[in-house]
Amino acid sequence: MSTTESTPDQVETEVVIDPNAVSLTINGKTVAARKGELIIAAADRTSDFIPRFCYHPRMKPVGMCRQCLVEVEGPRGPMMVVSCMTPVADGQVVHTETEQVKKAQEGILELLLANHPLDCPVCDKGGECPLQDQAFSHGPGESRYVEEKRHYEKPIAISDLVFLDRERCILCDRCTRFASEVAGDPLISFTHRGNNTQILTFPDEPFASYFSGNTVQICPVGALTAKPYRFKARPWDLEETQSTCTACSVGCATVIQSSRDQVLRYQGHDNDEVNWGWLCDRGRFNFESVNSEDRFTTPLVRVGESFVPTSWSSALEAAARTIRLAVSSKGANSVAILGGARLANEDARAWAMLASKLGITLHDAQLDDGLSTEVFNLPQATINDATSATTVILLSPDLKEELPVLYLRLRDAATKNRTRIIEFTTKASGLTRYAWKSVNYEPGAQVAAVNAALNDTEIAAQLGKGNVVVVLGRANLAESSDFTAQAYNAIAAAFPAATVLPVLRRGNIRGAATAGLTAGNNARSILTAASDGHVECLILLGADPLSDVPDLDLARRALASAHNIIAVETFPTASTLRADVVLPAAAYAERGGTTTNLEGRVLPLSQKITARGTSRPDWMIATELAEQLGADIDVESIDDLTAIDAPSEILQVLSVVGSSAPERNSYDLRLVVSRKMYDNAVSTVTSPSIAHLSIGAGIYLNSRDIERIGAPVGKDVKVSASSKSVILTLHADDSVLKGTAWVPFNQPGTDIRELLNADDLIVDVRVENLS
Amino acid sequence: MSRLTDANVAIAYEIIGRYPRPKSALIPILHLAQEQDGYVAQDAMKHIADLVGVTSAEVFGTASFYEMFKFEPVGKYLLNICGTMSCALMGSEELMHHAEKRLGIKAGSTTPDGLITLEHAECQAACTEAPCLQVNYRYRFKMTPAELDTLIDDLAAGKLADEIPSHGVLATVRQHIPADRGVGAVAPEKVNESPEWLDGKSAL
Repeated sequence: MSTTESTPDQVETEVVIDPNAVSLTINGKTVAARKGELIIAAADRTSDFIPRFCYHPRMKPVGMCRQCLVEVEGPRGPMMVVSCMTPVADGQVVHTETEQVKKAQEGILELLLANHPLDCPVCDKGGECPLQDQAFSHGPGESRYVEEKRHYEKPIAISDLVFLDRERCILCDRCTRFASEVAGDPLISFTHRGNNTQILTFPDEPFASYFSGNTVQICPVGALTAKPYRFKARPWDLEETQSTCTACSVGCATVIQSSRDQVLRYQGHDNDEVNWGWLCDRGRFNFESVNSEDRFTTPLVRVGESFVPTSWSSALEAAARTIRLAVSSKGANSVAILGGARLANEDARAWAMLASKLGITLHDAQLDDGLSTEVFNLPQATINDATSATTVILLSPDLKEELPVLYLRLRDAATKNRTRIIEFTTKASGLTRYAWKSVNYEPGAQVAAVNAALNDTEIAAQLGKGNVVVVLGRANLAESSDFTAQAYNAIAAAFPAATVLPVLRRGNIRGAATAGLTAGNNARSILTAASDGHVECLILLGADPLSDVPDLDLARRALASAHNIIAVETFPTASTLRADVVLPAAAYAERGGTTTNLEGRVLPLSQKITARGTSRPDWMIATELAEQLGADIDVESIDDLTAIDAPSEILQVLSVVGSSAPERNSYDLRLVVSRKMYDNAVSTVTSPSIAHLSIGAGIYLNSRDIERIGAPVGKDVKVSASSKSVILTLHADDSVLKGTAWVPFNQPGTDIRELLNADDLIVDVRVENLS
Repeated sequence: MSRLTDANVAIAYEIIGRYPRPKSALIPILHLAQEQDGYVAQDAMKHIADLVGVTSAEVFGTASFYEMFKFEPVGKYLLNICGTMSCALMGSEELMHHAEKRLGIKAGSTTPDGLITLEHAECQAACTEAPCLQVNYRYRFKMTPAELDTLIDDLAAGKLADEIPSHGVLATVRQHIPADRGVGAVAPEKVNESPEWLDGKSAL
């Protein structure tokens, strides 16, 4: 049934005398609860269900719908109270099923239904609708209302993804509370008054929240519907299984729902440690990519300039021949593996086993776009550690763009005054508004910024107050990651007890690293070796260097010079066009296993539908390739790959080169390149509902720099760095630090990577008027 | 239509300075916007959202609760004829019919020259003076159709300009609080303390 109403997992309490423990009676049964808890939450642990619409365990109660009325015995006899607003008390006696309560609940439902259109037969929510369900279980069965109902224009689009049917709305305040309290995007509001009260956006400002899909999931009626799911299925035809989202490395718990072997919807599932039931819109709506027509469905081998579909046996034979030839002629060091963060843990282990069997040491699951996987060996913090820490230091990309649900968790911690955030950033981020201190630095100057902050008496006092968690990731793709490593080491030296929450964003990067797919060499040296002609065979495991490696020129040279390329992929990409053999891999929801999130938490992945065409899970491809190569890795099923990974050594600091940034010429601007939530990622561009939401290529400058340069906003400008240049549209953005230029990564349009060079510590660009 | 003028932004800042939270100044600044344009324009709401630090949706949500804020242009004079019990018994219905015939419009609309918007109102709290009406919230008591004709003639002739300013102007005098006497932005934890200029003395 509906996953909307799931309650957080209850943490088992130890048997000690708890000063906050209270005991109350609900319908004659004794219930243990804690001070401050609400009656409805305590009742949820019993078998007695109290009907409700507005109450949601992850949001503040408002007592809006009055459906949860119960009787509480008091000195003057039993009294009606709203159980979602009344805290428990020791010795409290609660009745939820008396005649009085039943009469009240029926009365409320009759009123809620007075204006409700009862168009259940054509409503997407019908079958999983709390209003429908509770009208049956707690309603009067008949209405005395014979007058004209309220009428509104049938659904209006309040954003690109969400439709609102105001006739169905019962004004429970769930979506508006979510928007302001959880997402921090109060772009929808109650408007007008009395009988005309309705939810609306501002006339020309849509509900453009990254988290808008959650309002659809928590809407207790069919008022909010999501465009990708409208009229696609009936809830009773859906099959579902619990899984984990791998769009980024947060590891949100999801429920995959399908019908007739087609994925139709992802819903959030409440995991107390991770996502609290929320999903970002990218993770929620990229299910469309699984159903995409663009996918590889059969193995392909190159014949001249084109691909020819072939059987698995001949494709595997071709791949094995290539690898065998490379190993026998130039040794195992002429074979390299790039990628692996798309894989499940079991897949990554199978490939790592194959690599070690063959003696392949050139492999990396990142594409020179993260940090050294040493960050996983630093003293680790969990998401809950971060949200309960006294201080969180952000040395990371904009979490709202890259790890959206982690942004929700940290925002929650900061707004409830549990945690103070000290942010180091080149540009205002989603969390800047909630940060206690936000320190801006020019790329390359983060070590100086961190040292200055550590010497600030107020900041030092705050850091000394309690636990410190450092959120560590790659904020800028146009600078050396060495600066971030140095900045972290400075914090670690001053506060050795600080723990780290590593935020490398690729789906299962941590699982790939644990399985051993990143050990040894990094992507940059692999690509350099390839471009020098030292790589005979390059194996791409869901990696697209031509789209993702910051140094585009290096990627181009590497793929042009690698003699043979084997791509294990679900989708055609720029890089697979260069491949000699394409082995189609099963997509998300088509394979099982486990994935490891950024905290190192191992979470389940479930298969819900059969793999498209003849595509296979990656572990199976690795196993069969190993057999072809005579390097049997002794795997017969996925269960042979569920080994426990050995604990890794603990590091106190990261290795650094100690580079320092050169002075900036005052005519130039220091370049910041970072990701937005919607970009050219394969799973985004193959999901029609979200594909068009990217902001597009452009360059964003502080208005004072624009004034100085005298360039026209909204027009194309020439952006150049060391003899190369690109044309980009200029935008004014005062959240960009003066003296820097921000360009979003991997957007439709001109590619900024033309200007990036892996050897540059930082990139300074000059912006010139085209006319 | 328009954002607040520079002069009105200065007044808005003064109003914001009277409250510990900028958001509290929302309603007075909405009145200021209505005074400027005769109605609350969309751009004005966006401007106010920036000034008090909320979203436009929140400004619209709050403003649309109140009947007195208009989101479409209205006439220079807003004529509200009461239709609740006492006035209805004393002939407000005839008054409304007369007004509609005289102005050539239906209640809820504006004369083509943009002078008068006619509205039906609920109780205006002057039942002893029924039937009553308001012009830009200025009372006219115990009205007869003949007196209504005279009123409309006078409004058209501009004879009442001194007494009844154009729609949106609530008061012709404006309270002014010197900058150093405003409360100003106060940190949440200090919101119950007295302002600095009170020098530690109780505000009461």
